[in-house]
Amino acid sequence: MAAGAGHVLYREGTSPVHRLPPEVKIAATVTGTLAVVATPRAAFWAFGGYALLVAVVAAVARVPAGWLLTRSLIEVPFVLFAVALPVLGAGERVDLLGLRLSVEGLLGAWNILAKGTLGVWASLLLAATTTTRDLIVGLDRLRCPQILIQIATFMLRYLEVLVGEARRMRVARLSRGDDPRFLWQARGLATGVGALFLRAYERGERVYLAMLSRGYTGRLPQPGGTGPAGPGQWLAGAVVPAVAVTLAAVAVVSA
Amino acid sequence: MEPVAMHISNGIINGPVAAVFAAFALAALVVCVLRGRRDLDDRLAPLAGLVAAFIFAVQMLNFPILTAGVSGHLMGGALAALLVGPWVGALCVAVVLVVQALVFGDGGVAMLGLNITNIALLGTAASYLLIALLLRVVPRTPAGLAATGFVAGLVSVVVAALGFVGQYWLGGTVDLGGNLAGLAGTMVGVHVLIGVGEGLITATTVVTVATVRPDLVYALRRQGPATAAAPAAGGVR
Repeated sequence: MAAGAGHVLYREGTSPVHRLPPEVKIAATVTGTLAVVATPRAAFWAFGGYALLVAVVAAVARVPAGWLLTRSLIEVPFVLFAVALPVLGAGERVDLLGLRLSVEGLLGAWNILAKGTLGVWASLLLAATTTTRDLIVGLDRLRCPQILIQIATFMLRYLEVLVGEARRMRVARLSRGDDPRFLWQARGLATGVGALFLRAYERGERVYLAMLSRGYTGRLPQPGGTGPAGPGQWLAGAVVPAVAVTLAAVAVVSA
Repeated sequence: MEPVAMHISNGIINGPVAAVFAAFALAALVVCVLRGRRDLDDRLAPLAGLVAAFIFAVQMLNFPILTAGVSGHLMGGALAALLVGPWVGALCVAVVLVVQALVFGDGGVAMLGLNITNIALLGTAASYLLIALLLRVVPRTPAGLAATGFVAGLVSVVVAALGFVGQYWLGGTVDLGGNLAGLAGTMVGVHVLIGVGEGLITATTVVTVATVRPDLVYALRRQGPATAAAPAAGGVR
């Protein structure tokens, strides 16, 4: 949960994907995901193509397949939803493994599974190769309104303040004889949630005033090193979404 | 079931409906940006960031409900509306959703419009309307504020859940036949339970903040004479 310069999902690296400017990667992720979602669900070959694309990008970014698979467990709830669909769905039914399942439900489950998984993989690849700080810089360069950038910047900085403050309060409780285990920790946290908020705010307020006194005007200085993306980098970043869009277009036309 | 992660994942709602809601969410967010700019002063800027961080953290606490398969998490729209007002509040929740979709893959990127509409816009709007109404009616005591926070939290979660049901009715990718009512029933039932948790957290947080730093609670600003005496950013420390 400690999301600072490098958040939990970030994997240190210098691969070509890591070095691509963040705005290019964000645009590529969003375009690619939209292409996947627009694909008709019966075009099974297209989804194979997308999976191949994900594998290629992961290989170039040196993200191991095992890491990608374990992290996509976030999707499990939707898998449960998808499993329920063939049973709940209406319409024509087929016999499969001794169960009478709805065809519509089966296709729907496949649709949710395939599109959800590919979307999660795309986001994970973005997260694995981009620090949160770069992500905000990327959104800023994509002309996201300043007020949103400001809220997002503070959010990511204050997450650490919040986590640190929660840890301090826990230590304080422990040193006063509280011995929380497993789920019972939640009780101490729940009763102290208001205090946690206040303490974090007052610390955060001091951070903010310190920033103001050092000349903060609502915009953080751009980090040195990478400037805005040049045409070459935009072209390099456009390869993967272009292939995805082509696959989607072919699938839509042939459907 | 969907409530486990709360955020709609790619492929659950069809493309055209998602696109319509994306356009709607974008337009509404533009309004929030324009109105929010007026609200965002030196005191509100760090508070908005902290509210967003708080919601971000709180959305990771998943409640198991009934069975292992069904759980849900808090949304934070009511807390945001109470502390930073409806405009900045909706923006805070929207920022959380965008970062979660991009960084954690929680909620599909293509479904952001739907998620923002349900959680950031519907949840915050419903709770703020309730707050504005209730604060006029309830006694101006900590208990009154707690009750307001609780009700607003509870209702915002249920409204957001109904938003999902409405969207599923418009463009769910799987025809559930007559089961839509069943879906609505399950969603509301589960979310009333989540809403109780949300209401409790909203109430305790807002009461603590209002006791120590009433100047930080947006919803209380236009009341009472305390407004004029409110210290500037960090003035009291």
